[in-house]
Amino acid sequence: MTARVTVEDVKRVAELAHLDLTPEESTGMLRDLNSILDYMAELNELETKGVAPLAQVSELSDAGHSGPRRDVLEPSLPRAAVMAEAPETDGVFFKVPKVIER
Amino acid sequence: MSTDTKTAANYLETPKTLPALRADLTEGRVKVSDLASEYYERIEKKNHYLNVYLSLTKERALAQAERIDAMAAKGDPLPPLAGVPVGIKDVLVTKGAVSTAGSKILKGYHPPYDATVVARLEAAGAVVLGKLNCDEFAMGSSNENSAYGPVRNPVDPERVPGGSSGGSAAAVAANMAVATLGSDTGGSIRQPASFCGVVGVLPTYGRVSRYGLIAFASSLDRVGPFAANVRDAATLLGVIAGHDPNDATSSPAPVEDYAAESDKPAKGLRIGVPAEYFGEGLDAEVRAAIEKGIAALETAGCAIQPVSLPHTQYAVPTYYLVATAEASANLARFDGVRYGYRSPHSETLSAMYSHSRDEGFGAEVKRRIMLGTYALSAGYYDAYYLKAQQVRRLLAEEFLRAFSQVDAIVTPTAPTAPFKLGEKTGDPLAMYLADIYTVTASLAGICGVSVPCGKTSAGLPVGMQVLARHFRESTAFRVARAVEAAEI
Repeated sequence: MTARVTVEDVKRVAELAHLDLTPEESTGMLRDLNSILDYMAELNELETKGVAPLAQVSELSDAGHSGPRRDVLEPSLPRAAVMAEAPETDGVFFKVPKVIER
Repeated sequence: MSTDTKTAANYLETPKTLPALRADLTEGRVKVSDLASEYYERIEKKNHYLNVYLSLTKERALAQAERIDAMAAKGDPLPPLAGVPVGIKDVLVTKGAVSTAGSKILKGYHPPYDATVVARLEAAGAVVLGKLNCDEFAMGSSNENSAYGPVRNPVDPERVPGGSSGGSAAAVAANMAVATLGSDTGGSIRQPASFCGVVGVLPTYGRVSRYGLIAFASSLDRVGPFAANVRDAATLLGVIAGHDPNDATSSPAPVEDYAAESDKPAKGLRIGVPAEYFGEGLDAEVRAAIEKGIAALETAGCAIQPVSLPHTQYAVPTYYLVATAEASANLARFDGVRYGYRSPHSETLSAMYSHSRDEGFGAEVKRRIMLGTYALSAGYYDAYYLKAQQVRRLLAEEFLRAFSQVDAIVTPTAPTAPFKLGEKTGDPLAMYLADIYTVTASLAGICGVSVPCGKTSAGLPVGMQVLARHFRESTAFRVARAVEAAEI
């Protein structure tokens, strides 16, 4: 199945990705997504029925894993150092514009 | 320096080897603080044109240099990388020192912690000179996607150094560092190593901690070293490798003495050559150089045999679906809330997110986020992302089958010699196809080395990619040493 990407698709995906694309960007994105996804449709040539998806390569070798680490409480990052990088803060919280209910 | 900025002779320079540097230090011929100053002078001369470093960490470097000099003066035993000047790709965080990932969205960002690999290098005595330019969020194959300008290849400054770790490769080629760290998700260490004529290592996934690596694709990302020769690259791997409780995917496999292992002759090793990597699209002169490298391995006593990797042609679409899907999730954190760029004057939270991201991210990053989001979205997940993960298993399994017959697989690292700046920027797909020989190993999680293997008739570097199975970096290094010794 090759879905031809539409203008609506670009708008919907941009909303999902929280990207506010300009009209020029949207036009370019429509063209790029279509040409890239057309190329990726080659994967449909392959029969993959019954093939388990591979999400984590560490399962491929015995040396891959360690068990989960011990769940012990340790100091994390110092708050002051973290808040020093915040665009807007009262020292404790990250300040952001209000959320407006639609 | 000549006024002809295009000449390689102005920029190319081979660093001293690690043993030679160490001897200078232990035999009292050089002080680390003088060495660091010498490197900063060289950076001062070359960086304006090559654009290799984005920022310098002078205070940190000089403090480390003084520490090592004091140890040397007292006659204390020196740590393994004492005094070695290194550069760090800007996708790795350095505490208190600006780390941008090559993006405007992190302009001026001072991380509150060090990446594990940086901490390990410094604990070993290395001197961190500064942060190296790279494609934005490690997305690119030419270092032309950096928000801070492209890097120029020291071999020919009209050409790209490769990407995304273009700065890391170029720094070694121009002796602006003795060694550097880069990251490799689809080829971003190996391909620039090939393009700049230096050695680049792709460690097995999980061999080196990703803690402090600004994430692009979490199931693919690796951190690895660049150096001017194979033995030094192996030494560096030994310092940074090893389990890290801060990285849930890091392996407990014991760290070998990779440098010593690389000294072992390659004689008797079985080398696989896959026809799929020598087909259409491979430049004739690159092919000729690699064939000379393979002949040299045969002379060195290796048994050369064909191997079959029939799904190779599906690797690029598989990679770009998996990588972009993971990237769309990893880059969701850049939203103007806790760090980085926040777009001014947004009326709502939602507007702040989308304005900050649209203004802060470059075009290629946005393209990949969109592609990944689309591939994961309802109605398309099965056709694209799930399908790609299934093909990923097929690709990994055919490597494992090949490695049951051979110890290492050799291929060209890239299908061409380094191309000119601006040559491929018009067509994203053409740029993606430059990764054709490197993405397969990325998807399978196996390890490899790119080692210089001759030049084209125009004098441009060619790299041979040596691949080995999971956690067999030593084998890859042995083969790479044999190719290096042949001086193709």
